[in-house]
Amino acid sequence: MQSVVFPNKILPYFLVLPQIILTVVFFFWPASQALYQSAMREDPFGLQSTFVGFANFSAIFSNGEYLHSLQVTVVFSVATALLSMGVALLLATAADLVVRGKGFYRTMMIIPYAVAPAVAGMLWLFMFNPAMGTLAYLLRRNGIAWDPVLDGNQAMALVVVAAAWKQISYNFLFFVAGLQAIPKSLLEAAAIDGARGARRFWTIIFPLLAPTTFFLLVVNTVYAFFDTFGIIHAVTHGGPAKATETLVYKVYNDGFVNLNLGSSAAQSVVLMVIVIALTAFQFRFVERRVHYG
Amino acid sequence: MKTILTSAFAATTSLLLASSAMAATEIQWWHAMTGANNEVVEQLAKEFNESQKDYKILPVFKGSYPETLNAGIAAFRAKQPPAIIQVFDAGSGVMMGAQGAIVPVADVLTKGGFKFDKSQYLPGIVAYYSKPDGTMLSFPYNSSSPILYYNKDIFQKAGLDAANPPKTWPQVFEAAKKIKTSGAAPCGFTSTWLTWIQTENLAAWNNVSYGSNENGLGGVDVKLAFNSDFFVKHFQSIADLAKDGTFRYGGRTSEAKQLFTSAECGILTESSGGLGDIIKTGMNYGIGQLPYYEGEGRPQNTIPGGASLWVFAGKSDAEYKGTAEFFNFLSQTKIQARLHQVSGYLPVTMAAYDETKKSDFYPKNPGRETPIQQMMGKPPTANSKGVRLVNLPQVRDIMNEEFESMLAGKQDAKTALNKAVERGNAAIQQAIGK
Repeated sequence: MQSVVFPNKILPYFLVLPQIILTVVFFFWPASQALYQSAMREDPFGLQSTFVGFANFSAIFSNGEYLHSLQVTVVFSVATALLSMGVALLLATAADLVVRGKGFYRTMMIIPYAVAPAVAGMLWLFMFNPAMGTLAYLLRRNGIAWDPVLDGNQAMALVVVAAAWKQISYNFLFFVAGLQAIPKSLLEAAAIDGARGARRFWTIIFPLLAPTTFFLLVVNTVYAFFDTFGIIHAVTHGGPAKATETLVYKVYNDGFVNLNLGSSAAQSVVLMVIVIALTAFQFRFVERRVHYG
Repeated sequence: MKTILTSAFAATTSLLLASSAMAATEIQWWHAMTGANNEVVEQLAKEFNESQKDYKILPVFKGSYPETLNAGIAAFRAKQPPAIIQVFDAGSGVMMGAQGAIVPVADVLTKGGFKFDKSQYLPGIVAYYSKPDGTMLSFPYNSSSPILYYNKDIFQKAGLDAANPPKTWPQVFEAAKKIKTSGAAPCGFTSTWLTWIQTENLAAWNNVSYGSNENGLGGVDVKLAFNSDFFVKHFQSIADLAKDGTFRYGGRTSEAKQLFTSAECGILTESSGGLGDIIKTGMNYGIGQLPYYEGEGRPQNTIPGGASLWVFAGKSDAEYKGTAEFFNFLSQTKIQARLHQVSGYLPVTMAAYDETKKSDFYPKNPGRETPIQQMMGKPPTANSKGVRLVNLPQVRDIMNEEFESMLAGKQDAKTALNKAVERGNAAIQQAIGK
């Protein structure tokens, strides 16, 4: 094998420079700021600050609210990932069966992905807002005490559905691609052996989709953890009584609403550690163990 | 050569154009007004900009009251603050704690060559927005006081007296039950701002202590006291009514107004500043005084709510001059009188109040003087001067969380208030750096 070496000594650095600048400006600089802030206690306007060491961290972990928020995040992420992936898989297998108008159906399915999180949140809020939502009105008329403004479980259900709805398109795309990669000969052989649809799905399609499913699981978890702020902010503001306050929302709430910047910075440092751990986990285990097609 | 000349000419022209456009100093005004009140803001800016050429007020909507405050703080930290920011009542303590970040309005007016005369302004309002030594810190733009609104059609359907709204809380609760049981409306009563109306004003109006140190006006180290029996009884009544939907919760700020304007609920307690939106719906509404509990000397007086305009430090002299001009413009009697009459907010100057009194506005619009009388009726006591905490927005959020759990039936009023006081005290101690 021929080894490829750049003859120019400086050019390679120039080529990676844009990426390095981006990383420094958008990651290292803010991350170092967060680390610095997490060791300080400061008034809201930044007029006075004192060094407090790890006090902000110990305050977070000795506070039940943080653990509660962690629990909320786990429930929210698992529910969102399962719901969006389940529905997407169902739709993808259904779309696979459609003969005429395949392209049209697929295009329609992808549209929600283009909707901004805050807009998706507002959309669901308008439908289910207890004061003015059309669907909320229908629910109440049918004897369901629909009141997500007070009922924490209903509020959680609402943000999960809104967050999952937005992600279905993305999952759908990957599942459709995954389904197309499954050799038709396997399915035909199984059909000749007398395996019906459901059996073919569970014994052939589902195992062969495993790499796609695993990849989507990681992507969806990260999405639910970090990209759903807009939805939660638009629909519940983390309420009622902190029932939908995820870790990311808590960083915002403590920092920008309660103006406790030290604690907020410490929480974002913890989140950073979680992201690093998740990424390392994905590279170390998921990438190695799961066999892609 | 020709091209160089042309481009030089073009550059000079554009410079000239730019400098003529720059002649008017732009002054940013960040605010949180929506609906009918937003139209008033736009109208005022337009009138001021047309009245002179040197300054241009640019109103920028920044979201809800807390969001506007946070945007202002973030902008200050980034060294890009607006000249003027509208800060709600609960944020006053936050701004007052930030010496060095703001310029007192009294100083701004002096810089602009105007004399600041305290006696021209309504005493209750000026006192709330001043330092203990009497220096006015912010300009009281929209002051309000909570009042009771009721739907006259629903009252008639329920067999209640549509000419006489309930006066005390027990009467409100009875009327709400009657509305619900008679089927006149799906919900009897709702309230916006459980914190400001049902806690802070409840305390002042009934002359009960909300917290130590004159509710924070006497000093920053405050021990909250809103878990006394008086509050427990009030909130337990509301929690009981919430069980069958006689009371409905709308949200933490003014969301409940929609429950009233959509005729879902028959009675609403809300800021007098909410009037503009209620008038707009064209519904058959009536206004009453904020309810109270019977007792000696009650009702006392309500405390100002709404918002005031603060001026950030570090701006140019031209901007301060323009800001002073604008505040002077806002203080004019005809502007104040009009603001009061269209929006339901209180007039800020005595002259505007007197002019409205002289006109036939109050006889023609019954109930519109109520919010002023509530606030000015009696000299305030230690319990009714106001509430000022360095982190009142945070304490209000804590209260809201406990109220939400209570209204969802997860805890009783006593537990909710005890927890709110305990968490609130801890937050105050942390905020004042102890």
